[in-house]
Amino acid sequence: MKIDHSLPLEYSTEENKMKILGFWIFLGAEIVLFSTLFAVYFTLQNNVGNGPAGSHIFELTPVMIETIVLLSSSFTIGLGIHAMRLGNKKAMMTFFGITLLFGLVFLGVEITEFVTYVHEGATMQTSAFLSALFTLLGTHGAHVTFGLLWGGAILMQVKKRGLTPETANKSFIFSLYWHFLDVVWIFIFSFVYLKGMM
Amino acid sequence: MKWDEFFVTGEPMIYAAMVSIVLVSIAIPVGLTYFKKWGYLWREWLTTVDHKKIGVMYIIAALLMLFRGGVDALLMRAQTAVPNNGLLDGQHYNEIFTTHGIIMILFMAMPFIIGLMNVVIPLQIGARDVAFPRLNAVSFWLFFFGAMLLNISFVIGGSPDAGWSAYFPLASLEFSPTVGNNYYSLALQIAGIGTLMTGINFLVTILKMRAPGMKLMKMPMFTWSILITSVIIIFAFPVLTVALALMMLDRQFGTQFFAMQNGGMDMLWANLFWVWGHPEVYIVILPAFGIYSEIIATFARKNLYGYKSMVYSMVAISLLSFLVWVHHFYTMGHGVMVNSVFSITTMAIAIPTGVKIFNWLFTLRRGKISFTTPMLYSLAFIPIFTIGGVTGVMLAMASADYQYHNTMFLVAHFHYVLIPGTVFAVIAGFHYWFPKLFGFKLNEKLGKWSFWFIAISFNVTFFPLFILGLNGMTRRMYTYSESTGYGPLNMLSMVGAVGLTIGFILLVYNIYWSTRYQPREVTGDPWDARSLEWSTPSPVPEYNFAKTPVVDKLDAFWFAKKEGKPLTEEGSYEPIHMPNNNGQPFIMGVAFFFFGFFMVFSWWIPAIIAGLFILGTMTYRTFEQDHGHYISVEEIEQTENALRGEKK
Amino acid sequence: MKKKWLLISSFLLMILSGCDNPLLIFDPKGPQAKTISDTILFSILMMAAILFVVYVLFAFMLVKYRASKLADDYEPPHEEGSKWLEITWITIPVIIVVILSVVTVRSTLEVESTPKAYANEEPLIIYASSSNWKWHFSYPEEGIETVNYVNFPEDRPIEFKLYSYGPISSFWIPQLAGQKYAMSDMVTTIHLAADTPGSYMGKNSNFSGKDFAHMEFEAQVLTAKQYDEWVQDVKDTAPKLTEEEFNQLLEPGVLGRKTYTSTHLEFSPAPEGENAGHHHGDDMDMTHETESDMHGEHQHN
Repeated sequence: MKIDHSLPLEYSTEENKMKILGFWIFLGAEIVLFSTLFAVYFTLQNNVGNGPAGSHIFELTPVMIETIVLLSSSFTIGLGIHAMRLGNKKAMMTFFGITLLFGLVFLGVEITEFVTYVHEGATMQTSAFLSALFTLLGTHGAHVTFGLLWGGAILMQVKKRGLTPETANKSFIFSLYWHFLDVVWIFIFSFVYLKGMM
Repeated sequence: MKWDEFFVTGEPMIYAAMVSIVLVSIAIPVGLTYFKKWGYLWREWLTTVDHKKIGVMYIIAALLMLFRGGVDALLMRAQTAVPNNGLLDGQHYNEIFTTHGIIMILFMAMPFIIGLMNVVIPLQIGARDVAFPRLNAVSFWLFFFGAMLLNISFVIGGSPDAGWSAYFPLASLEFSPTVGNNYYSLALQIAGIGTLMTGINFLVTILKMRAPGMKLMKMPMFTWSILITSVIIIFAFPVLTVALALMMLDRQFGTQFFAMQNGGMDMLWANLFWVWGHPEVYIVILPAFGIYSEIIATFARKNLYGYKSMVYSMVAISLLSFLVWVHHFYTMGHGVMVNSVFSITTMAIAIPTGVKIFNWLFTLRRGKISFTTPMLYSLAFIPIFTIGGVTGVMLAMASADYQYHNTMFLVAHFHYVLIPGTVFAVIAGFHYWFPKLFGFKLNEKLGKWSFWFIAISFNVTFFPLFILGLNGMTRRMYTYSESTGYGPLNMLSMVGAVGLTIGFILLVYNIYWSTRYQPREVTGDPWDARSLEWSTPSPVPEYNFAKTPVVDKLDAFWFAKKEGKPLTEEGSYEPIHMPNNNGQPFIMGVAFFFFGFFMVFSWWIPAIIAGLFILGTMTYRTFEQDHGHYISVEEIEQTENALRGEKK
Repeated sequence: MKKKWLLISSFLLMILSGCDNPLLIFDPKGPQAKTISDTILFSILMMAAILFVVYVLFAFMLVKYRASKLADDYEPPHEEGSKWLEITWITIPVIIVVILSVVTVRSTLEVESTPKAYANEEPLIIYASSSNWKWHFSYPEEGIETVNYVNFPEDRPIEFKLYSYGPISSFWIPQLAGQKYAMSDMVTTIHLAADTPGSYMGKNSNFSGKDFAHMEFEAQVLTAKQYDEWVQDVKDTAPKLTEEEFNQLLEPGVLGRKTYTSTHLEFSPAPEGENAGHHHGDDMDMTHETESDMHGEHQHN
């Protein structure tokens, strides 16, 4: 495997470059996936049947916490990648760890939020609006959950094997994924929650 | 679910199918053990990451599915050949036309094309494999087990019966209470994920792995068509993923997306389905255009006419393909405005398509046409597909569509597009690239016989349907009364269907006959062709190119032959890095099969276990360290000498 | 090959001449179906011209440039393409598409509104609703309801209001007008009129399950006088339609004809206006872009 030392570690082999490009394209497909879910949500957002409307169930506090936590995690994973480029394994691992911790908090708050909705009688089966809401949020939440597992696995590899072209490549790709989830969340926050509460 | 509902009962044909499935599943392991082929099968095929072998497996699977979908088609034609026929009952007929549609589009046309692109693309761009060989194997096994999952619905639980477009509320639990449409949502989901991965894989392959000097505008047309197709796949398939997920949620988890109450919208399904479904049509047509471009240029012995406009027109078609989905349901009561806009975008597709037709015709001009089997299919494509094209324009006119919609006219139209378009193309491509893979040509005489059977019978089968449609015969009717007067033309169509069957049997017989008796081919370039794949020896060695070719123009291989120049730079061989074979993609495919099967029957605990197992294979993969292997210079020299019969 | 094309052109001729037994679509009995029939014939002629050009070119290339007719040492030239030719075969199709677009928009507008000749007359409104596998026709004006047959007078504009109690079905009387979907959560409209009294085949053309093939009805066009007599006759003889009986009618199955002196609209109104499927449980105005895109004008009728 030829390693080009003039490039950052994650880009240093042909294989690494292709993996990063491939992942960008995959994110393109993910954008289409979430766009479709948003389109479904916008189409059905007022089809509340006999169930509650968004304005009745949305609460600002947990959503603000989720937003702040996820935005911060995007920042910390950026710092993590910066540390990785400087070759500082320990700092990189710390920042990645903080990122995953933030992700965990986000997930916890989201699950609590879901439980609250269900207790208020707003379940996935109540109306088309709620089906679309839970599916959109749930798909994002499932992505975060998968990210936690994936990020954890990468951290273990970095710890064991150090910063190699392979582990750096994985970490970088994971950071792309994490930023993407943050962007999706910003759309959810603005167009689902804020718009729904107005 | 009761156990007596688990197996489909009460139909002699289904009992026959069960018996043959049991016999085949006993025969395969017994045969493998007797001939001591278990190890061979595992090492050479089930674990392979070689794009050529994966391509061959795709094509074999597609041929099997062609058989299944073809039997469905024959049964349909037989049932409707005479009025008030009692061969099939309504339910059985509904299941058959549903699976015919799903299988022919998703499990025959798509994998056949993906198989050819797997075989050809790396060779055509001078690469040694695709960008992500392991992922490629995962794609194949997901497709394969998705297809198997749909097929077992025939004997276990019942097949989907709401049409291949599965419109809601017909496909909802209320109107379709069997597990048939659960199979639909899950089998297509699994296969669809595989297809999405294929799209990503080939886009990266074509963007990143072309031979030095092969600029985008110097790529062969088939490579161009796959590049564009990959982009369409990446933008279209996630929509299917979402649609199928919502379908599963509605049917199995009680959500209200497409429900008739609580704010659900049945038309939302139709919109999502066709936002994916129309681009899907171009996913199977554009590669066909690419194949024809290669074959017509080769056998007219002339470069492709209007190369640039061929590329631009494909780009235009791919963009337009996302802007026409509403034409599948003009009759849904949109305003005149909406219908008019979509009429115009739809008709606009005819313009770039016309450009391509004329470019092919002018490639023939001043050429030197030899009528080989692949060329015959490519030539027959032009006049027959044009009928499909012009009837497409007629259907695009919203007002007229109010009379064509849901009739046999529509059925005739899309068969006139998909069969000369896609099916002729994959058969042509199969004949054309066959010697590259196996080292001998298919027999020309048998090939031509089967061509004439297929081309003529095709028209006999489907042209009458245009007339039946204009006479008011709707599609998907399992029976009709004699007073309608639909009998004679349906009978004619049945005759054509028998002719098509004979044609396909001859095609398969040709494979068998040629394998035994055709002379081996030694040049590697049996057709005197133009693109890089023909510079390799046949059959192609594992590493494809001993030395990476260097390209300076389109058809570089053709010019190198003419000018007697080598395609590669001077210098000796270097060790070649290749990926290792691996059994995980296969195991993962099996796990997905069981996951899907348990989900179909809502057996949650086994489904969760299978799901965790899938997660486990992914975990294993991320911790695995596999850096591939090197093929030594001596081994390359030996292989090349053996295949080329000379020192180079 | 040649034989095949001969066959095809003779088929085309057969359609165009519409000899002794014309195809249903080319045998219109009302202004809307006539408009569509003319549109289709026009497009067939246009498409035939295109096919002709392609086939002549195709035959010419195959005859002239086959290897067996050319010298052994003939070397085909290298051709990049021709700007002028390409401009030609882009421009001409563009013109054709423009012409067809104009025809499409005009004819669509025509068939989607009250027939011109009757523009000033008050249309007769009939609600046609589908359930598995039958059609229910309600006449709110007359207060009568039929199953699996519909009678209406000639020379009067008719508006069919369509909706469904089950899967999407498509209401189609080929000789009078093009088809349209009947769906569960909104009402769509077909405008038509009949020139000649007679009995016409009507059916659901959209697959809707097991007995879909039998989901036909008879559309009988009567003279104005006959129609009035029929209405009076129904009122005199037929029973009332109770909610209980209607619910029984909705059960899946194939039925013969039925006639009643009241409509189900009274207890099971059509999904239009405030009863439309998407408008439950929210008092805000909720028509928004995506939805109106999908439903078009009928959402707001």
